[in-house]
Amino acid sequence: MVERRVMEGSHAVAHAVRLCAPDVVSAYPITPQTHIVEKISQFVADGDLKSEYMRVESEFSAMSASVGSSAAGARTFTATASQGLMLMSEVLYNASGLRLPIVMSVANRAMGAPINIWNDHSDSMGVRDAGWIQLYAEDNQEALDMTIQAYKIAENQDVMLPAMVCMDGFILTHTYEPVSIPKKEEVQEFLPEFDPEVKLDPQNPVTLGTVGFPSDYMEIRHEQYQAMENARDIMPDIFKEFEEKFGRKQHSLIEEYKTEDAEIIIVSLGSIMGTIKEAVDELREDGKQVGAIKIKAFRPFPDQELRDALQNTKAVAVLDKNITLGKKGALYTEMKDTLYQAETQPQMTNYIIGLGGRDIPRQSIKNIVKQTKENLNSPQTREVRFVDLKEEK
Amino acid sequence: MTKLREQEDFVSGHRACAGCGLALGARLAMKGVEQDSIATCATGCLEVISTPYPESSWEIPWIHSLFENSASVAAGIEAALKAKGDNKTKVIAQGGDGATVDIGMRGLSGMFERGHDVTYICYDNEAYMNTGIQRSGATPLAASTTTSPPGKQSYGNENTKKDALAIAAAHGVGYVASASIAYPKDVVEKVKKASELDGPSYVQIHVPCPTGWGFKERDTIEIARLAVETALWPVYQMEDGQITNIRKIKDRKPVERYLEKQKRFKHLFKKDNGEKRIKEIQAIADRNAETFELDK
Repeated sequence: MVERRVMEGSHAVAHAVRLCAPDVVSAYPITPQTHIVEKISQFVADGDLKSEYMRVESEFSAMSASVGSSAAGARTFTATASQGLMLMSEVLYNASGLRLPIVMSVANRAMGAPINIWNDHSDSMGVRDAGWIQLYAEDNQEALDMTIQAYKIAENQDVMLPAMVCMDGFILTHTYEPVSIPKKEEVQEFLPEFDPEVKLDPQNPVTLGTVGFPSDYMEIRHEQYQAMENARDIMPDIFKEFEEKFGRKQHSLIEEYKTEDAEIIIVSLGSIMGTIKEAVDELREDGKQVGAIKIKAFRPFPDQELRDALQNTKAVAVLDKNITLGKKGALYTEMKDTLYQAETQPQMTNYIIGLGGRDIPRQSIKNIVKQTKENLNSPQTREVRFVDLKEEK
Repeated sequence: MTKLREQEDFVSGHRACAGCGLALGARLAMKGVEQDSIATCATGCLEVISTPYPESSWEIPWIHSLFENSASVAAGIEAALKAKGDNKTKVIAQGGDGATVDIGMRGLSGMFERGHDVTYICYDNEAYMNTGIQRSGATPLAASTTTSPPGKQSYGNENTKKDALAIAAAHGVGYVASASIAYPKDVVEKVKKASELDGPSYVQIHVPCPTGWGFKERDTIEIARLAVETALWPVYQMEDGQITNIRKIKDRKPVERYLEKQKRFKHLFKKDNGEKRIKEIQAIADRNAETFELDK
């Protein structure tokens, strides 16, 4: 029997970590990530997880120790959020450059200043170029499932890249939902022991992290680029394998929701997808041809999947819980790049929503759809709109 | 007489400058580690001279990741070994003075405090040499570097050398030692002792730099010895917070003997009031001699 229990998102992730049984967990507490590492430390204290648990003095060291641990051939886990992710950002590049399949939970939280502990995606979007695979969970079950899948993707010999599983702080981390916890044996079958080809081993000494001169640096970077492309290729297979083994539908790098005949499609990622799906349901009841697409993987970015899914739609509303100052939302600009290669190009509008934990009611989503439809008939339209700004009321 | 281990873990063919004290220091340190080992290395001279891709001077597994995380990476390796049930392999963390006493201090402190079984070796050449001789927290008083140059308003570096050994000792580190490449056997023995100890240990090796300090390549060892004989670099070891060994000095030499041989101090012999600075440096040496009872 699969165990099904009501628990908060943080604990769902902690259970996933327990099942993946990393050799080393190295972590520093930060809101709203803390419950993840607290629960893991409890598992270790109770003997339910036999990991070396490193209570490091900063996120910088959490990621640095993860680099050492993973390079020594140990399966490694850490978790962080916001300022903590920024503190480890320099090391993130080394983890990916050294091709170390570390898995990290990011409890998405806004960036200061002003200091704000609530959810948006400014943190993980800020490190999207660090060479990490990025998955975004919609709910607690997905956060658990993605954590297990992340190890499988990251540790693939043709990939060997670190992966972050992003989940919305508080909205998921601190919210209770029913979650199915797979059996340990099943996870072990799905995720065999980590045994990398290259590691720090006195029996077979290697030098890692050498100086890369201009004569070789580009080739090494190209290999890393190729590794991310390999991840793109193998991810659908891993999702499929997970679906077959654990019985939960996993989709591809994107999830389409009622898109078949949709004139307007809302594209976003993370927990807001639940609200979007509900809004879509209600609009459908009113006869509106509306659909939604969830981005499951932001890195690698699902270019072809999006081009295929959006080829017949008239308008796309991209909802970004982040803003790239001086440009637009990160998802929006990437979508535009993707659709430049498409045969038909729908009209696109960028909606900036929910920054710093601002609530996003269903009505706001409906308003967005209404506005997107109005834009279709208006040649002059604002490309970026901040949703529910006080002065716009 | 102690016979040195024949095995070389840090081999020739590296790209260090002629007369490099660090290259000698690293070679001696590695001779002290007698078991299987894994080494980390901070960004800096040692990493740059020894690992130009695809070459390597390391016969042991070795990793460089960043400037400031040699100790933290080493701690992670130690945890991984523990998790895998490997109690034999030794973990050696290495860094220059900039990587150790400045930018890497937080990670080093964490590694000490958590009690990882890691031997940390600081190769102290008293400045950021690899980036072009800038001042570090280990640069001695009045030394000229490219960021602490003497000028109309300046006599060189304004601060005294940070005492990283005392900082290590304050963490309760079981074995803390200073060493000098002028005494090779001592370096080997200290690293051996450090690596055999369970828990963290710290060895800081004084490694004169002909390029950065401005002396002839053939004089590296003599300069290193003068730092010890003037009491500017006290050579001692602490076990569990107690000093258990000190290299005593017979006929301690005045600091001028050390300073006058190096371009980084030459302004002190030319400038008005340079004498005042030399007296301050002598006072530091005298205080060292008193604190560590260096005089025979």
